[in-house]
Amino acid sequence: MDAAIRTASAMPVQEMGTETDTRDYLAHARAHARKAGYADWTIVDIDAHHVETVHWHEIIDYIEDPVLRHQATMYQKERIGAPPYGLNGDLGLRYQDVGGRIPHQSSRREKVDEPGVHLDVALTRRAMEALCVDYMVLFPTPMLFIGMHPQPEMEAVLSNAYNRWLAENVLSAEDGILSLAVLPFNSPDAACRTVEEFGANPNVIGFTVTSTRYKPVHSNEYMRLYRMIEETGKPIAFHAGYHWQDPSLATCNSFLGMHSLGFVWCNLVHMTNWVLNGIPERFPKLNSLWVESGLSWVPFLMQRLDDQYLMRQSEAPLLTKMPSDYMRESCFYTCQPLEKSSEVGLRATLEMINAETQLLYASDWPHFDFDAPRVIYDIPFLTEDQKRNILGRNAARLFNLPSKAGARKAA
Amino acid sequence: METVRVGSVEEFEPLPARKVVEIGGEEVGVFRLEDGFYAWRNNCPHQGGPVCQGRIYNRVLETLDAGRRSLGRRYDEERVNIVCPWHGLEYDIRTGRHPGNDGMALEPVAVQVQNGEVYVSL
Repeated sequence: MDAAIRTASAMPVQEMGTETDTRDYLAHARAHARKAGYADWTIVDIDAHHVETVHWHEIIDYIEDPVLRHQATMYQKERIGAPPYGLNGDLGLRYQDVGGRIPHQSSRREKVDEPGVHLDVALTRRAMEALCVDYMVLFPTPMLFIGMHPQPEMEAVLSNAYNRWLAENVLSAEDGILSLAVLPFNSPDAACRTVEEFGANPNVIGFTVTSTRYKPVHSNEYMRLYRMIEETGKPIAFHAGYHWQDPSLATCNSFLGMHSLGFVWCNLVHMTNWVLNGIPERFPKLNSLWVESGLSWVPFLMQRLDDQYLMRQSEAPLLTKMPSDYMRESCFYTCQPLEKSSEVGLRATLEMINAETQLLYASDWPHFDFDAPRVIYDIPFLTEDQKRNILGRNAARLFNLPSKAGARKAA
Repeated sequence: METVRVGSVEEFEPLPARKVVEIGGEEVGVFRLEDGFYAWRNNCPHQGGPVCQGRIYNRVLETLDAGRRSLGRRYDEERVNIVCPWHGLEYDIRTGRHPGNDGMALEPVAVQVQNGEVYVSL
């Protein structure tokens, strides 16, 4: 072989793991962003996550009740081998990383040496830089199960503590980091207090119902809550989750099967009740946002409800048009995880939900099925204008976010 | 097409071994298994993830008995997969193909060994 042959440069990261820097992990997303010219695009990520339990010892300081706060402090200080104080959940049934195959899902133990900057702020900024997003909405992770808490009052205690901790320690540090405050939905009065407390906070751009729960969203006890949220001008979001202990999902023997169904099932049920009980008719200015169920369930439910509704209109007398009309006009959706194995199916889905105005980009970073912005950019049948709408403009309109195109992403 | 030196054969130990390199803006993963070297572009066809920088796992199989009842899962001792660290998609290091979808495959890069040195051409 010719002695003049050059030697290739070894990549600095040979194998990615839990200690890999977010910016190295997502370097290919960043490279795509440069190539695509995202510097003058507004990109809004409606659903990213942090692991709030890493900072549970901080969060419990925000518990209002002095007795519970003391209990929590003692528990966090002395209890060994236990999950975070007061938090329900699925303990060790966390198989999202597929046995270590997807390290970023397990943990992000990368080095962060930024004195005075909260760890979650530093990690979120890195993800925003790598994904080239201007705004990133942070959701909790283990707390997505909190709707199944056996003590409704504890759902309220912990949700309130979390919302306050997030607002003071994370949202206040960076105007691009946003939140949809977690509603203690099993206690409607407490949920109303959450709206009162955070309705005027500019970094709290809406309110979240964690969808894993068995409360009917059309119950009369929620009407005051919906009115209050409508009056803030901010949307209500239903963030999906799974519940493996649900009797039907308990027949699934793999995380693959359970997760495929579970993250859709909860929002299928809530959307059905939401529409058939005429919530969009009762609160016409209240926008709803359906998060992390993907999209393929929407055309299914549109067709299913339309079919049945025509035969049984007397059971949904508040409706003045087809269920699918409400789902297309007053409901917004996040794209992740974008089911794209069939271009025919994807095209039909995007047309049926009127993606040009109703679809919002979400990464779900750092979870195993996250989507980088290129999942939208690479869709071959969308125009650039449609891609810009989905990746940012629709969210900017829904949440009244000022454009930041070009401000962050010149590098 | 340019031929570039990746390293010496001795660098590729213990097995399975891998070296991910950058050549003029292109990223390539070179792997060594018991029967030789394989090279693939570091670009997952799923979403463009850095597939060659993932972890290496043997392929998982499920064993059935004569009555077609499942006896559980086990690792295939021969077939070795590279797993994209972004989303977990697995590809056979020898064939570059996804074990559950023949139509999904990594882009190959020519690799050769001469005088104890490993080269790729692209």
